[in-house]
Amino acid sequence: MKIVYTDNNATTKVADEVIEEMLPYFGELYGNPSSMHTFGDQVGKKVKEARQRVADFINADPDEIVFTSCGTESDNAAINAALIAFPEKKHIITSNVEHPAINNLYQHLKKTKGYEVTFVPVDKKGLLDLDLLYKSMSDNTAIVSLMWANNETGVLFPIEEIAKKTREKGILFHTDAVQAAGKIPIDVKKAGVDMLSLSGHKIHAPKGIGVLYVKKGFKFSPLLIGGHQEKGRRGGTENTVSIIGLGKACELAKENLPIMNTEVRGLRDYLQTGLLEKIPGSSVNGDLEQRLPNTLYIGFDAVEGESILLLLDREGICASSGSACTSGSLDPSHVLMAMKVPFKSAHGSIRFSLSHYNTKEEMDIIITTLVPVIQKLRDMSPFWKDGKMV
Amino acid sequence: MWDYTDQVKDHFLKPRNVGELKGANAIGETGSLNCGDALRLYLKVNKNERIMDASFMTFGCASAVASSSALTEIIKGMTLDEAAKITNDDISDYLGGLPKEKMHCSVMGQSALKKAIANFRGVQILSKPGQIVCECFDVTDLEIIDAVKANGLETTEDVTNYLKAGGGCGQCLDRIEEVLESVKAKG
Ligand SMILES: Cc1ncc(COP(=O)(O)O)c(C=O)c1O
Repeated sequence: MKIVYTDNNATTKVADEVIEEMLPYFGELYGNPSSMHTFGDQVGKKVKEARQRVADFINADPDEIVFTSCGTESDNAAINAALIAFPEKKHIITSNVEHPAINNLYQHLKKTKGYEVTFVPVDKKGLLDLDLLYKSMSDNTAIVSLMWANNETGVLFPIEEIAKKTREKGILFHTDAVQAAGKIPIDVKKAGVDMLSLSGHKIHAPKGIGVLYVKKGFKFSPLLIGGHQEKGRRGGTENTVSIIGLGKACELAKENLPIMNTEVRGLRDYLQTGLLEKIPGSSVNGDLEQRLPNTLYIGFDAVEGESILLLLDREGICASSGSACTSGSLDPSHVLMAMKVPFKSAHGSIRFSLSHYNTKEEMDIIITTLVPVIQKLRDMSPFWKDGKMV
Repeated sequence: MWDYTDQVKDHFLKPRNVGELKGANAIGETGSLNCGDALRLYLKVNKNERIMDASFMTFGCASAVASSSALTEIIKGMTLDEAAKITNDDISDYLGGLPKEKMHCSVMGQSALKKAIANFRGVQILSKPGQIVCECFDVTDLEIIDAVKANGLETTEDVTNYLKAGGGCGQCLDRIEEVLESVKAKG
């Protein structure tokens, strides 16, 4: 069966070029990049090249790039460093739609360390309440952390605008750009953020490699205390193979960025229009404009997400859902709840997230498969009769 | 991905007895759109109180659909007295077991069946006895006590898996713990 992979916000295919770049370093070139000998140093040189490529991708200096084990570690390291830098400040700010990497960390800090946490709410479209955000900033605020793009809805927060305010007030600002990277342009200098997280596996590099951008001048304390690696900002022998792969992936992502905004956006819009037209009782979650070009999060009234996913899975279509039943929790995703998406469509919300590997033909397969799938489930649903909700 | 048995998959992909039942003379409904699953069970019962036919309409995940389908197959041909003895375990066993996080789907089947039988017999189940513990999923202390005793539940997590109670906002988890302790204390 041919796989139609439209779950790229969950993870992406490792690009062939990336694999090719990494292969020698799995094999013969196994040296330690910190070694004095030439054998290790040739790996060191390659890691240096990768650092440059990552830096170029986000317009940073290579010295501002810290390699980590994943996006989650980058997020944790950023917040950890902020709290160590400002031990007297006991207030932290984020939104109520963050990825668990930030959300659960903040909950943990609140519970175990007594931090006062402001979870700034979003509106029905998933857009941030900026007034409330600005009002909650105070002298006691150690850090503001906000995602650049939401992993479920793809909705974007105005990072550059917010950074202006945090700079004015002298508050540290971290952004989780794990979903934004490779989909919209990222320029740390223009954005004016202090720290920024990336994750390799969302941009066609392997899983288990992340980046934390740390702006020059910030006195950064490491999360993993150990050796001198990463200039003392992250102990542990580098994951050289993945770093080298990530370097290549960043180079490719930079090249492919225009395609994201044209071709991939076109495919997403084509899928969106097709589904809205052919399936009554469907609606898009999240703001239509302030949104990643690759993400479509669409809710179907009166049906449940896990059932939809399993029927799509039988046809080789990979997507994900914000339904309770797929996650093991009982409420629909916290993002949909925060947006107050009505239950009638929240439970039946499916996320399609595309990459430049997708084709128009695949979008047609999704549309022609999904129409009868939704019909089948609605024929079974006590909340659907004669073409509408009851 | 959930670990579903072949029977669950089969009943999900080819559900038996789906749709409204013409001539049904008993209906039992449970769950809601907000909860994420709901089941409407239709029965056609003859004058000897035998279930001549049964059907269902379900909104929910694969195991909710499969539990509903299994339930209708199990009870067809039974008398109401026999059907009244069906438990959520019978439904789960019929399907070769459900993941523990999904046991509430089989509980939903049992509950709809109870209501359909009461509906046929003209017994009104007005408000539920006991005190509401979980506001999100409308679960009472008596329901929790029953489920704990019937299924030998040990932890609040077990209670959530069976009744959903505590799985929403989580505010009642301490209260569930108290109910659990009280059952344990009584032995
Ligand atoms: C917004 C966001 N932040 C952080 C992460 C975590 O990244 P990782 O899986 O590399 O830890 C993800 C990915 O799941 C994400 O979507």
